[in-house]
Amino acid sequence: MQVNEKKPLIVAFCCNWCSYAGADLAGNNRLAYPADVKIIRVPCSCRVNPMFILRAFQRGADGVIICGCHPGDCHYTSGNYFTRRRMAMLFSMLDYLGIEKERTRVEWVSAAEGAKFAATMNDFAEKVAALGENKRLEDLRCKK
Amino acid sequence: MCLKGVKRMRKCALANLDKLFAAIAENADLYLPVNDENGAASYKKWEEGTEMSDALNTVKSPKDFFFPQSEDLMTFKTEGKNIEITDIREESKDFVVFGVRACDVRSFDILDRVFITDPQDSYYASKREKGVIVSMACTRPTETCFCAAFGIDAAAPKGDVTTWKTEADLYLQANTEKGEKLLAALEALTEEADCAAVEAQQAKTRAIMEKLPLAGLDTEQFGGGKTKEYFDAPEWKELSQSCLGCGTCTFVCPTCQCYDIKDFNTGRGVIRYRCWDSCMYSEFTRMAHGNNRNSQLERFRQRFMHKLVYYPENNDGIFGCVGCGRCLAKCPISMNIVKVMKTLGGKKDE
Amino acid sequence: MQKITREVLIEKAASLLNEGVVSGVLGWKQGEFAYDVTPALFTTVDELNEQFVWGDFCGANFSKYLVAHTRKTQSKVLVFLKPCDTYSFNQLLTEHRFDREKVYAVGIPCEGMADVSKVKAIAGEGITAIESTEEGLAVTTLYNDAPVVIAYEDALAERCINCKSKKHVAYDELIGEEGDVLESGRFDQVAALEAMTPDERFAFWQKELSKCIRCNACRDVCPACTCEKCVFNNPVSGAETKAPMGTFEEKMFHIIRAFHVAGRCTDCGECSRVCPQDIPLHLLNRKFIKDINTHYGEYQAGAEVGSRAPLVNYTTNDVEPGDVFERGEENA
Repeated sequence: MQVNEKKPLIVAFCCNWCSYAGADLAGNNRLAYPADVKIIRVPCSCRVNPMFILRAFQRGADGVIICGCHPGDCHYTSGNYFTRRRMAMLFSMLDYLGIEKERTRVEWVSAAEGAKFAATMNDFAEKVAALGENKRLEDLRCKK
Repeated sequence: MCLKGVKRMRKCALANLDKLFAAIAENADLYLPVNDENGAASYKKWEEGTEMSDALNTVKSPKDFFFPQSEDLMTFKTEGKNIEITDIREESKDFVVFGVRACDVRSFDILDRVFITDPQDSYYASKREKGVIVSMACTRPTETCFCAAFGIDAAAPKGDVTTWKTEADLYLQANTEKGEKLLAALEALTEEADCAAVEAQQAKTRAIMEKLPLAGLDTEQFGGGKTKEYFDAPEWKELSQSCLGCGTCTFVCPTCQCYDIKDFNTGRGVIRYRCWDSCMYSEFTRMAHGNNRNSQLERFRQRFMHKLVYYPENNDGIFGCVGCGRCLAKCPISMNIVKVMKTLGGKKDE
Repeated sequence: MQKITREVLIEKAASLLNEGVVSGVLGWKQGEFAYDVTPALFTTVDELNEQFVWGDFCGANFSKYLVAHTRKTQSKVLVFLKPCDTYSFNQLLTEHRFDREKVYAVGIPCEGMADVSKVKAIAGEGITAIESTEEGLAVTTLYNDAPVVIAYEDALAERCINCKSKKHVAYDELIGEEGDVLESGRFDQVAALEAMTPDERFAFWQKELSKCIRCNACRDVCPACTCEKCVFNNPVSGAETKAPMGTFEEKMFHIIRAFHVAGRCTDCGECSRVCPQDIPLHLLNRKFIKDINTHYGEYQAGAEVGSRAPLVNYTTNDVEPGDVFERGEENA
């Protein structure tokens, strides 16, 4: 697998109930978003362990985004509320360590928001592309 | 002669030390202890302007040069049913490690007995071949030093070249062929010297050595053949009871040589590497059936029995400890080999 | 200099041992040198008289030892707790990590502990004796004719300079006077880092974290790290590593370690105390504490038993992750 330097590799963790369906809808509606967004379906956004995010960066991601149901709409009632706290803390820590804050994002995308999904991915990919390759959380072994 | 059976003494004014380093660095990578902003020393590659640390010892020992904490061995790539194995070791350049203390110099002998005796570890051996060790005599041993217990003379370290730093000069003396070669290349920067200043310094250092709090530490109670005597000693319980099971002692130790071989999946292939392991860790030498040592007592005992009994048993009575004192200084709970020796060895007097 | 003497503590321990209230005493045991103190279990009065110490180098926090100890015995153990230790004690109780019934906790006042590396930096190597005097620590070395006297504030460990509380939040019995929760400057360094540019911050942490030798001492000493099997030790977790490999592993280890104790870390400072490479690990933990205080309300882990840690809690109007940075900038 070759990472094209110009196109950022983005990992999107999408919750099964809202955001993954939102991505589906974006596809059904023929809404374009970058092909380098790799979606990983998770049962709930709060399934995303901080280690998943770091691993994604290690293996070559340039940006990581987590998409879940809107607060209040979680399929499991409260999962995304926990996501919100955890990721707020984790991303703040990454920023504290000097890792560009534009490389991480949380976005709430419902199953009906295909357009929002596509717009979010376009915008995120653009911001990440502007930063260039992820150097600060890279693992050189994975680039050989 | 300052050291028995060795050749002439050379010296270089301290003012010219930088020139000397530059000359060494022309032909080889030069590493020497450098202080960080907290005053902790570690080996760094010399470049113009690098200032050598006066610290007695580095936090991490120089064993890293020959037996790095982690080292890539090979890679695997699979395509269909084929597997491609590539030896990815980096051939090291010639290098010089400068300012190694007597205790650490001895540690290389201990590691050699493990890695260069048959079957030879080619990763270690090639680095050993490329590396030149320039030792430096101690002048200010500290309270945690106990190298004398293992027959090491801090004032006359071995190594390819021995150096003594006095107030005005650096004295150098070659002990091996490699050392001769290095000094020959530095001939223009050094001059013939007599031994008087070195001998005066040695006498002073040796006098301090005798006054160290750990001078006179007795090793006679230990050595090969003592397994039965100490293995089931009730003292292990008390000694190990507060051990956190961290790897600090192991990783600052110049003689600990246990390692683990692991695979790392890069997403594009597999890198097989080896890294230091610690017998204090719960996963140490874990096998399919589980662990050999399930309690911290067993793990703790292993570390000290290895250094004081098992190693000498297999290596002509040479102990697996050099008395550098790093573990004394760094253990989070201040439990260490000296306390073990005093507790186990001392019980006979009672 | 500590206000309570060793003798007072021995007397208390001896009477509890003699009365049969406790069968053992967790306390500090004298080592080879003036400063190398080992946590130990004392079971007899003679042992206490011979080897028990209490002084300016008794920094070790015993709370975590209670986890293993209370499982092994049926009887009670006496534990001496400094104010900061009591927070860890409560936090462990909150997480049901040890049996409170098997512990007799004696709170003792603490005037702050000395940092051995600071003492060595001032007095030099070769320390043969350290005496606690009114003026400060009188340090005798092999290379000084007369003892070097170091004022206590110059020898004080970082965590004690920024002591958050002299108040004991848990004990069965208190020796000496109770103190107060203090206004400390413990977030100043965090704020200073936050004020730097991302490049500067990255350079700072890169320099610090690359020193890590992965000895795991920070984790193993941490009273909040009490998992039966740490993810970094577990071969099937996919995260097991034993050495700092390449450019990434040590960052991952420290981020995950700090994150796992976020909201549960009482800021006892043991991690930084034991780090053989003097990495300021407390600055990672304090960042989380500061963020939690800023965004979810003031919270001190361990201040009381049974409180719900902020990261296992939520409100429906929490700050959005993307807004954390903006709010942080407003506050800066």
